[in-house]
Amino acid sequence: MRTRTRTRTVGVAVAAVALLVAGCASDLPDAGAGPSAGDGTEADATDSEFFDQAEYDRQLALRDAVPDGPADRPWEQALDPEYVPTEEYRQDGPYHLCFSNAGLFNPWRSVGWRTMRAEVDLHPEIAEFTVLDAQGQDDKQISDIQSLTGQDCDLLIVSPNTTATLTPAVAAACERLPVIVFDRGVDTDCPVTFISPIGGYAYGAAGAEFLAETVEPGGQVLALRISPGVDVLEHRWAAAERVFEDSDLEVVGVQFTEDDPATVKNTVSDYIQRFGGLDGVWMDAGATAVAAVEAFEDAGVPVPPITGEDQQDFLQAWDERGLTAVAPGYPTFQWRTPVLAALRVLGGQEVPERWVLPQPVITQDTLDDYLQPDMPPQHYALCGCEDLPDFPAAWGG
Amino acid sequence: MTGTGRVSDAAHRRRIPAPLAGLRAVAPVLVLLVALLVALAVVDPGFFDPERLLAFLRRSAPLVILAAGQYLVIVSGGFDLSVGAVVTTGVVVAAELFNLAPGLPWLVVVAVLLLGGLLVGVVNGIVSTVFAVPSFIATLGMMLVLQGAVFFWTQGAPRGYLPEDYRMLGRSAVPGAEWLPWAVVVLAVVGLAAVLFMRSDTGRTLVATGDNDVAAGLAGVRVARLRTLAFALSGVAAAVAAILVGGFTGVSAQAGSGYEFQAITAVVLGGVALGGGRGSVVAAMAGAFSLQALFTLLTLLGVSGAWESAVQGVIVITAVAVGGISWSRRSRRTHQPVREPV
Repeated sequence: MRTRTRTRTVGVAVAAVALLVAGCASDLPDAGAGPSAGDGTEADATDSEFFDQAEYDRQLALRDAVPDGPADRPWEQALDPEYVPTEEYRQDGPYHLCFSNAGLFNPWRSVGWRTMRAEVDLHPEIAEFTVLDAQGQDDKQISDIQSLTGQDCDLLIVSPNTTATLTPAVAAACERLPVIVFDRGVDTDCPVTFISPIGGYAYGAAGAEFLAETVEPGGQVLALRISPGVDVLEHRWAAAERVFEDSDLEVVGVQFTEDDPATVKNTVSDYIQRFGGLDGVWMDAGATAVAAVEAFEDAGVPVPPITGEDQQDFLQAWDERGLTAVAPGYPTFQWRTPVLAALRVLGGQEVPERWVLPQPVITQDTLDDYLQPDMPPQHYALCGCEDLPDFPAAWGG
Repeated sequence: MTGTGRVSDAAHRRRIPAPLAGLRAVAPVLVLLVALLVALAVVDPGFFDPERLLAFLRRSAPLVILAAGQYLVIVSGGFDLSVGAVVTTGVVVAAELFNLAPGLPWLVVVAVLLLGGLLVGVVNGIVSTVFAVPSFIATLGMMLVLQGAVFFWTQGAPRGYLPEDYRMLGRSAVPGAEWLPWAVVVLAVVGLAAVLFMRSDTGRTLVATGDNDVAAGLAGVRVARLRTLAFALSGVAAAVAAILVGGFTGVSAQAGSGYEFQAITAVVLGGVALGGGRGSVVAAMAGAFSLQALFTLLTLLGVSGAWESAVQGVIVITAVAVGGISWSRRSRRTHQPVREPV
């Protein structure tokens, strides 16, 4: 009888542990990059299903475009805009705006969300702002969008969790009310406007180009990526891979870190020990860049040129330790733009059909402008939120 | 013989000298660990440099400490799924404390964390014993409560930095012995304490409780109190891990994610029976070292991080399946005669 009880306990435990595995695994994207993902350096880069030459060329060209809009308000600027009329959506205020958010699952989205809320508070003509948070789940966001279209929203803003899965829900919403999509796109042009910065190719290329310029020819570079199969991250790496191929640098490793600082620090330490040092580090996101910097410090070797992002902890480490670094940004100020776009659309003013925002890259020359030592470590300097009420307290400063 | 079940000890004592009986419980995982270390040496000959071995020990410290705590809970017949969330909470709370009171002595924060871990463990223990909620559910609930609270508090972006003196235990070396990281010292202390605890009467009673709580209760063991103690020690172990993890890398809102599962995997890998009553704490800690060695090997082989959890899942299922087979055979062979007098 004891034995039977034990067997059942073990059975339950195995099932439970298996559930846990499944739970963990569901956070991981499809391993679309295939088994070669571990060291993608060997693969023929043109094979990547995530590479689109035309889009790549378009993004790199947009980096040099002269933005249309006020210079000190980049969230109102548009690159190469083609304006569309919105007369058909004009109505009198006050307005009821609705927002379907993919979720608040990382500091980038938290900072963006605070910025968006503050922007909404600036406009008395927005009488009501209804928000549903999908918590990173496609199915929840689909029902969120359906629920919001059934309410008396004047306009719906969507930040899609994933592109393909959310497309039908957005398309259905377009038939009921004007829709604005931002951050990640959808596979339909029915939204009045789609707002985003230039994109992942430009982001990835900026860091790789910096390394190609600052690292000695023949230098050994380690590439750190969060995880395979996420389109925005794949674009960043695809562009960097191209830049590295055309350079004299040797990519000695491409490692996935799941955005875990301990993994980053351990991985970099391993490479320092195996290769007797590294000449450069490329990262597809900056949340763990300080961990990479510390790995060099703890090994007692100089920190080589490194790419990060606009998080405060990295900018401060860069400043205090005199790093050779660059911080491409995927600006959180884009969370302000959908609110402004919504008011323009409801006011009958034209908006860019494809609203491409500038995508600043923080360099040594502009570092001082973005240093905000009193802000939290994971605050994004490109929030464009400094002029908003309750700054810095509402952002944790 | 540390922590080997009381009953099986009794069974073996007649034929096998006690130290060897203990070795028998640890042997399979040691074989695995040695095999992984050999594989590491083949893939990367420099792995056995003393400096790198110590780096490996330091890296393994949080998981080994968590595995020791998890062992106490599992061998007494429960589960502790909350340890990963305790690690995350510990890291975030420490940063928030230093944010609110920048001049706070680091030992105070360490004490707050240890007390917090103890408290979480005691609540886990009371909920699963006094209120008879299965520990799997009780600690799962605790995990969700802590995760939600951390998220609500930080809104996904933790505030504050961890100062250098607080980070010393996880990051720096012992002054005067620059080759020796503090984390390895902490690991040695916790490991030794765990072994001594399991050799004490309380430790042996804990195993007996996991093996058969009714019999233990009839024999005068205060089952609820003992199990609560196991959860409390697991909570403290998680707090120690939080201090090391936070010290090693600084603030992260995902600092402890996945640790609960890795700790359970490590314990299972050490041959400890889920459901309790069998297994040694040394084997559980060796299981943690094996898991860390495996992760290192996968990284060296360039296996993508996405495969890590898949490999981990296969290991857990295999280890439990293999353990289950040998257990049922052995129990028929050696345990039934012992049970008869009971």
